[in-house]
Amino acid sequence: MSVQRRQRFGAFAALFSVPFLWALVFMIVPYLVMISVSFWTRQFPLFVPDFQFGNFVQIFSDPQYTTVILRTLKIAALVTLGALALGYPLAYFLVFTVRSEGLRNLLYMSVIVPLWVSYLLRAYTWKIILGTDGAVNSLLRMVGLIDEPLTVFLYNQTSMVITLVYIFVPFMVMPLFAVLSNIPKALIEASEDLGVGPFMTFWKVVFPLSLGGVVAGATMTFCLSFGDFVAPVLVGGPDGTMVANLLQSQFGAALNWPLGSALATLVLVLVLAVLQVSSRMDRAGRVGLG
Amino acid sequence: MHALRWWQKGMVGVSVAVLAFLYLPIVILVVFSFNDSSVTSFPLAGFTLRWYQAFLSNAAMLKALANSLTVALFATAVSVIVGVTAALALDHFDFPGKRLFQNVILLPLSLPGIVTGIAMLNFYKQIGIPQSLGAVVIGHATALLGVVVSQVMARLAKLDRRVLEASADLGAAPLETFFKVVLPAIRTSILGSALLCFTLSFDEIPVTYFLTGREVTLPIYIYSTLRRGITPEINAIGSVIVAVSFVLIVLSVTLLRDRK
Repeated sequence: MSVQRRQRFGAFAALFSVPFLWALVFMIVPYLVMISVSFWTRQFPLFVPDFQFGNFVQIFSDPQYTTVILRTLKIAALVTLGALALGYPLAYFLVFTVRSEGLRNLLYMSVIVPLWVSYLLRAYTWKIILGTDGAVNSLLRMVGLIDEPLTVFLYNQTSMVITLVYIFVPFMVMPLFAVLSNIPKALIEASEDLGVGPFMTFWKVVFPLSLGGVVAGATMTFCLSFGDFVAPVLVGGPDGTMVANLLQSQFGAALNWPLGSALATLVLVLVLAVLQVSSRMDRAGRVGLG
Repeated sequence: MHALRWWQKGMVGVSVAVLAFLYLPIVILVVFSFNDSSVTSFPLAGFTLRWYQAFLSNAAMLKALANSLTVALFATAVSVIVGVTAALALDHFDFPGKRLFQNVILLPLSLPGIVTGIAMLNFYKQIGIPQSLGAVVIGHATALLGVVVSQVMARLAKLDRRVLEASADLGAAPLETFFKVVLPAIRTSILGSALLCFTLSFDEIPVTYFLTGREVTLPIYIYSTLRRGITPEINAIGSVIVAVSFVLIVLSVTLLRDRK
């Protein structure tokens, strides 16, 4: 090795060793430990190292677990669709309808700032809005529309979907805003000049070019809402248990770390699979852009 | 400005509704924090500051607040140090497994926090680290590493390579180039991502839930109070948290934005 190359390697080693060791010790090793514990057996009150698939078999055969997994998939899918339905028009409006650059930036900022503002409190406000004595019910009673508080809103799956959509709309707007901003306005004008109506222009020109943003936003929303455990506890009811609540109980009252680790490993695998699929779709989308 | 067509007006309507949807809950939180009643319902009962006085005299809540601030401060410091070195290494050098390493570091951004929390809990248990605020700091720093790495890398990618070469050609040592050329160029992205990390760590629940011991952070304190029921005191401390986070995030987003 030449002196120069050796120096360069030395600089690389000095720089890289810090993050590499950190990621190895505090990320990779913990994930591997969790995966290996998922094969252990529980001999109450101990957990014994083992290599057997009993925990996974139990998760997939016990209806107590399969019901919750299917429900979580359903809720995450509904939240993704809901956030897309609200986020797309908003992103489109910001990019194509707002003419002033300053106003657009201000509005965009006001959409994405809530994303980082206290997750817990944003979920919590829905508890005070939708509750039996909450803002919605008391307002409706005050104006005389109802006599008895409506219970349709709180402690069920609807309230959970509303709360999670609220939390994840900005996640959807962010990538959509980015892809829509990159679409050349000339393409849309060309389409309109050729006599294509606004809906066909949207469907044939704008929407296909924005698919990358749809995929990116949907991926984040689906993955993160799939693992949420705050909304189910605050606004979900008895039929609102999600996978994350099962996880909580395995490491709490149920005290079955191997089973809990198996469940967490499944979530990890699901997220990795979704990320893989979405990065393929995204790449395919980019090729389509030419 | 030419007249909007009916479907564009519809789009404006939907967008205004979505913006209202994003902000009304926050407004309701703040309004009820000043409402002189122990239930959060209309009609409003008059103005009061007693819920703010209540949390200011709640020793357990203030202790939790202090814990949260300490955790967020240390977690941010570690995240920034490890994250900036990672971003520099990823930007400057090519090495086998680079993409894999990058994906691993960014994974916690799209992985539900609960999985990271459980993985670290298992790991701590095996090597005998007790659940504590120190354990939480390591957990947060690890989970938030991706925030720093992605933001700083984005800024580094925009750095003109020729400036670095010029600095080297003029005889500057690599460290001198770093402090005089690279650091000033990425300073705002470091500051912006540090503010973001601080806010996110301060609010973090899933990782903290599994790693904390007897000492709790503010979100965990609020979370466990909420499981028992609602108190307007939560609206008061909540309004303060939302207001402070808002300022920090606006600052952060402004710092992180590309200046063209």
